[in-house]
Amino acid sequence: MMRYGIVLILAIVWLAVSASYTIPNLVLGLIVGALVTFLVREQSGEAPKVRPLAVALLVILFVKELLLSAWKVAKLVLSPRMNLQPGIFSYPLKVSTDFEITLLANLITLTPGTLSVDVSDDRRTLFVHAINCSDIEAARRDIETGFERKILEAFR
Amino acid sequence: MIETLQNITAGLLLLAGSAFILTATLGLVRLPDLYTRMHAASKAGTVGSCVMLIALVFVPGADGVAGRVAAGVLFFLLTAPVSAHLLAKAAYISGTRLSSSSVADHLKTTYARDEAK
Repeated sequence: MMRYGIVLILAIVWLAVSASYTIPNLVLGLIVGALVTFLVREQSGEAPKVRPLAVALLVILFVKELLLSAWKVAKLVLSPRMNLQPGIFSYPLKVSTDFEITLLANLITLTPGTLSVDVSDDRRTLFVHAINCSDIEAARRDIETGFERKILEAFR
Repeated sequence: MIETLQNITAGLLLLAGSAFILTATLGLVRLPDLYTRMHAASKAGTVGSCVMLIALVFVPGADGVAGRVAAGVLFFLLTAPVSAHLLAKAAYISGTRLSSSSVADHLKTTYARDEAK
């Protein structure tokens, strides 16, 4: 089931990239997509449940945070005296599947002041580099009540 | 008239995008260590590239480009954080130190054994 979804997504991406929205092109996309998923078979696993509304909210939050993040970096870099207290802090994960951890780690990297560095071997802890690490508790709380909660709402 | 407006919009977006990329570059020069530099490169760089791609949509006469732009933006958003994450992790494992102004390092214990060697 999951595989058909992936083939369809690949075909749609192919349509977008080739910018030719015709039936033969769609068929070509589906065939190549099927071939690709045939070659890469190892991981498929359970498809996550998707709640469209919650996903939309997650995307909106993400775009907002991303723009804010670029703005903050720009401001920091242009300020004459950069007052930095960087550091790496550990974050106890509530999300558990590969998909959720990957998503959370990517979102964290693209949001203000934080960058995922590593996941512990037992996949319970995410190590995050923060450009301002003076208040670790607040940084943890931000992730917990922000992206992690939204991800749990969107995919569980 | 509409074409002029489109051109102005595209131009402004291009300027905004390149301004973000300029700050990313400044960040690479000014920030103290690899990890903080990755912040500048991954965030300001990504947003800058995406904004410049989006500018393409407004260029008059560029039909059918919107889908490609959407795909390009999506690929940027998917791949930029992965490369930032891998670079930071590889740097940490190979022993790149955090800048002396750093206040915390919770990863230390995980790779402590490797450092003792």
